Amino acid sequence: MELNELTAHQLRDKIKKKEIQAADILESVFRRINQVEKKIAAFISLDKEKAEKAIFSLEEGKNIKGVSYLYAIPMAVKDNICVKDGRTSCASRILSSFTSPYSATIVERLEDSGAIIFGKTNLDEFAMGSSTETSCFGPSRNPWDIEVIPGGSSGGSAAAVAADETIAAIGSDTGGSIRQPAACCGVVGMKPSYGLVSRYGLVAFASSLDQIGPITKDVYDAALLLNVLAGSDGRDSTSIPNLPNRDYTRALLTGVKGMKIGLPKEYFLPGLSSEVEKAVREAVGLLEKSGAEIKEISLPHTEYCLPVYYIIATAEASANLARYDGVRYGYRKEGKMNLTAMYEKTRGEGFGEEVKRRIMLGTYALSAGYYEAYYLKAQKVRALIKNDFDEAFKKVEAIITPTIPTPAFKIGEKTDDPLQMYLSDIFTISVNLAGLPAISIPCGFSQAGLPIGLQIIGPYLGEEKVLKLAYAYEKETDWHQRKPRLS
Amino acid sequence: MITGQRDNEQRDNGMTNYQVVIGLEVHLQLKTESKIFCGCSAEYNLEPNIQGCPVCAGLPGVLPVLNEKAKRFTLMAALALNCKINPFSSFSRKQYFYPDLPKNYQISQYDLPVAENGSLEVEIGGKIKKIGITRVHLEEDAGKLLHYIGSRALEHSLVDLNRSGLPLLEIVSEPDMYSSEEAFSYLQELKSLIQYIGVSDCNMEEGSLRCDANISIRKDKTHVLGVKTELKNMNSFRAVKKALDYEVKRQKEVLSQRKKIVQETRLWDEKEGITHPMRRKEEAHDYRYFPEPDLLPLLTDKAEIEEIKKTLPELPAQRRKRFQGQYSLSAYDVSVITSEKELSDFYEDVVKEYAKKEKLKPEIHKKIANWIMGDFKARLKDQKISVLELPVSARHLSDLVKLIEDGKINLRQAKEVLKEMMEEKSKETPLPSVIIGQKGVGQISDQGAIKEIIREVIDENKKAAERLRQGEEKVLGYLIGQVMKKTQGKANPSLINKILKEELAS
Repeated sequence: MELNELTAHQLRDKIKKKEIQAADILESVFRRINQVEKKIAAFISLDKEKAEKAIFSLEEGKNIKGVSYLYAIPMAVKDNICVKDGRTSCASRILSSFTSPYSATIVERLEDSGAIIFGKTNLDEFAMGSSTETSCFGPSRNPWDIEVIPGGSSGGSAAAVAADETIAAIGSDTGGSIRQPAACCGVVGMKPSYGLVSRYGLVAFASSLDQIGPITKDVYDAALLLNVLAGSDGRDSTSIPNLPNRDYTRALLTGVKGMKIGLPKEYFLPGLSSEVEKAVREAVGLLEKSGAEIKEISLPHTEYCLPVYYIIATAEASANLARYDGVRYGYRKEGKMNLTAMYEKTRGEGFGEEVKRRIMLGTYALSAGYYEAYYLKAQKVRALIKNDFDEAFKKVEAIITPTIPTPAFKIGEKTDDPLQMYLSDIFTISVNLAGLPAISIPCGFSQAGLPIGLQIIGPYLGEEKVLKLAYAYEKETDWHQRKPRLS
Repeated sequence: MITGQRDNEQRDNGMTNYQVVIGLEVHLQLKTESKIFCGCSAEYNLEPNIQGCPVCAGLPGVLPVLNEKAKRFTLMAALALNCKINPFSSFSRKQYFYPDLPKNYQISQYDLPVAENGSLEVEIGGKIKKIGITRVHLEEDAGKLLHYIGSRALEHSLVDLNRSGLPLLEIVSEPDMYSSEEAFSYLQELKSLIQYIGVSDCNMEEGSLRCDANISIRKDKTHVLGVKTELKNMNSFRAVKKALDYEVKRQKEVLSQRKKIVQETRLWDEKEGITHPMRRKEEAHDYRYFPEPDLLPLLTDKAEIEEIKKTLPELPAQRRKRFQGQYSLSAYDVSVITSEKELSDFYEDVVKEYAKKEKLKPEIHKKIANWIMGDFKARLKDQKISVLELPVSARHLSDLVKLIEDGKINLRQAKEVLKEMMEEKSKETPLPSVIIGQKGVGQISDQGAIKEIIREVIDENKKAAERLRQGEEKVLGYLIGQVMKKTQGKANPSLINKILKEELAS
C-alpha cells in the first residue's frame, strides 16, 4: 500500500520504527492529490510549501507540546475553521478573500501534537447543507461514484479521507455534518459531546449545536484524533472546564460483553431504505454475537427533532451571520451608496441561496410576536428531546441507529427541494439537540455500491462507550478497509 | 366632571398643575482594566483602532469570555443601590445592524438582568425622596463612528473600534421623578454613589457616563401615564435639565392645542436649545432578543453577595449623616465636602492629623471645612484634578490650621502659605512652619509693637478715630486696614481689634 492509504496509527508505527520519514508521507499525499483531486474537488486550498516548512520545524524538534500523537501526520481541515494567515472561506463568496489573523484552538492543538496541516476542505456554504452542493466553489464528489454527493456539510473532508487524499481530516457537525458525509463516503466520523472540543475559531453556524470532530479511516484514528482535539479552553465559555487529559485509545479494547444497546423504534419507520435497514440490523446482530444485549427503546419526541432543529439552528445562525456585512472584512459591494444599500447588496450578492433562506427563517422565528411561538417553544421541546435520551440511557448504555435513511443521492437530485434535503438529517439532528457524542462507521454497501453508515450514540461524555462499541464492530468487519476505485 | 369645568380648564390652558413624570436611563463605563469579553485594554486612547482583537472586532469564529471584574463591579453597584440580586441572570443578543457594532448584535441583558427593584435616596429641597431603580444590567459598548473631522464632513464615515467591547452598566430608574430638578439631583447623587464605590469615573464629558431621559405629563397621579418621549444627546447634567425643561414646555403646548404626543425619540440640540425628532427610519427597532448561547448564565450566591456587601465603602448618604453628627457641620457644608469620596476622606485625615497634636475644639471642624470648601475646591476645579493629586497633604493643612489657631500667622498669611504649597513642583512639599521660617512671614503678635502702631494710626486719622469713639462701627474696618498697611499685613487681627478698642477708650 502507498503511504497515503494508511491510517495515522499505522504511519506512526512506521515512523517510530524509522521505516519512513515525515516528508515521505506528505509526498505520498500530494501525489494522490495530483492524481484524483480534479475528479473529487475535495479541497478549497492547498499549501504544500507551508506543510514542508512545518515538517522541517518538526524534525528540528520544535513546536511539539505535550504528546506528539500525530507526529508528521498530514491533516486536512474544513474551511470553516480558522488557520492563521491562511484563507478561511467557509465556501462563501462573502469570505472568499478572507485571511484569518488567528488560528482556532483545535488547529493549535493539532500543530502542537505534530500534525501537518496542508489544506482546507470544501463544505456547504457556512456549513449549511447536507450535500456540499451549496459551496460557492461547486460540490465535492463522492469517491465511490463521482456523480453522487459526498454528503455535507463536511463533504470535502469526508471525500478526501475516502479518496486517501489525506490521512485524516477535521470536520464540524451541527445537525450531522460530520456523521452524514462519513456515512456517504464509507469512512468514520465522530461528533463529540457538546463542550468537549473548543469552538474557538470555528466559524459559528448554530452556537448551541456546533462541534468540531474527526473524520478518519478507522475507529482507532478517531480516538487518536479525539485525544488531540478534546480539552478545556479558556477562550470558549461553553467549553467544559477542568477536563483531565484522556487517552481515548485505551477504551477501545475493553470489550462489549454485557453492554446494553438500544434501538429506538422511531428510527426504524417507513422512509428508511430497506438496504440501509438490512445493513444496520446485520451490524446489530454482529454486536449481539460479541456479547452485547439489544433492547428496543423509544424516543417519543423524535418527530419534533427536525422542526425544533430548523428553528433553533436558523435563529442562532441569523445572528451569527449578521457580522458579514462588508464593513470590516470580506466581500463588500463597491460603489457609492448609502449604508442600507451597501448592506443589502453585499449580503445579497455575498451569500448563496441556502444561507439566505436560513437567515430569513431564523430572523422570522425571532421576530417580534413570534419569539414565544417558535424559538421559545422549540427550546422547550428541545428539553423534552434531551429528556428522551436521558431516560433511554437509564436503560441502555448506547443507542444504535442508521446514520442516514437512504444511501447518498445523486448530485443535483435534491437541490430544488430544500425540505427533502433537510430530511436526510433526521437521524443525526437529535444528537446535536441533546449535546451527545455519536459516531458513524461504515456497515455495508448498497446495491449500487454506495456506502451505508451505522450511528452509535452515547450518553453525555460517554465517548469511551461509543468508541469501544464502534471498535468492536469494526474489528469483526472489513468495510473500513475497502477503497473506492479511482484511477 | 362637569362639562363646564373642563371647558374652563382648557381655556385657561390650566396645565400648570399637570404632573411631569420622568425616568432616567444611565449608561456607565466600568473602570475595569480590560474589556468585558476579551483581554483588550479598556484604557482611553486617542489613536483609533489600536485596542482591538479578533473578539471585539467580531471576526469569524470568535467567542466572548466574561471579565469577572465587570461582574463584580455590577454587583457592587447593584448592592449600593439596594437592589435585589437575581441568583440566576443571563445575557441576551440585542440585534441590529450598524457599522459601530462589529457583530451586528450587542451582547446585553434582557429578561434576566443581574439586579432589579432597588432605590436611591435623593435630597430634594431639604427632603429625602426615594427614587426607584427598576433594573441594573451589564452589556458591551459599541465602537465609534466619525462623520466629521473638526467641521469638515468626511466622504466616508470612519469606524473606530477601540471602545467596542468596553463594559457598560445600565441603570434604569422608575419614572419616579416629577421635575427636572429631581432628575438633576438624582444624577448627582448617582454619580456620587458610583464614584464612592469606585466602579466608574462617571464623567459625561469623557463619555464614561451617558444619560437618556423618558418624559411624559399627565393630569395627576390618578390618571394613567401620558405618552412618553425619549430624549437623547445630552452631554452634561445641565443639558439633561435643560432638555427636560424644554420638553415639558413642548408637551404642554402640544396637549393644550388638543393634539396628541407622538411616542418618539428626540435629540437634544444644545446650540438651539430644543429637541427635535430623530428621523423615523432609525426607530421601530425589533431587536429580536434571544439568550446568548455563547455565554453561561451568571450565577450569584448569597455568600458572594455578603462578601461584596462587606467590601462596600461607606456610601454618600451614610457619610453625610455621620459627618453632620460627628463634626457638627451644616447640611450644606457636608454636602459639599462629601460630594466626592476622596475629598471627604481628606477632610477626615486632616481632622485626624490635627487631633494628634491637640484635642479639637468644635469650631476647628468648621474651620477645616471652610478651607476645603473654599481654597481647596477652587483649586481642584481649576486644575481639574483630584485632591489626591495635590501636593498638599492632610498633615500640611492640619499644621496650617494649627498655626492660625496658635496665633503664629493670620488668615491672609495662611492663604499665601497655602498657595505656595499648592504650587510646589518638587516631590517634597515643605511643611507650613518651614515656609514661614523661610519667608519670615510670622504674624506680629507682640502687643507692645501693635500698641505703638495703633497709636500712630489714631494720631494720623483723628477724624476716623473720633467717629469710632462716637459709635460708628463701620469706621473700624478702615482703621484696622490702616494698621495692616503699616504692618504689611502681619499684625494679628484679633489683637488689633482688642488694642484699638482699648486705646480709643482711654
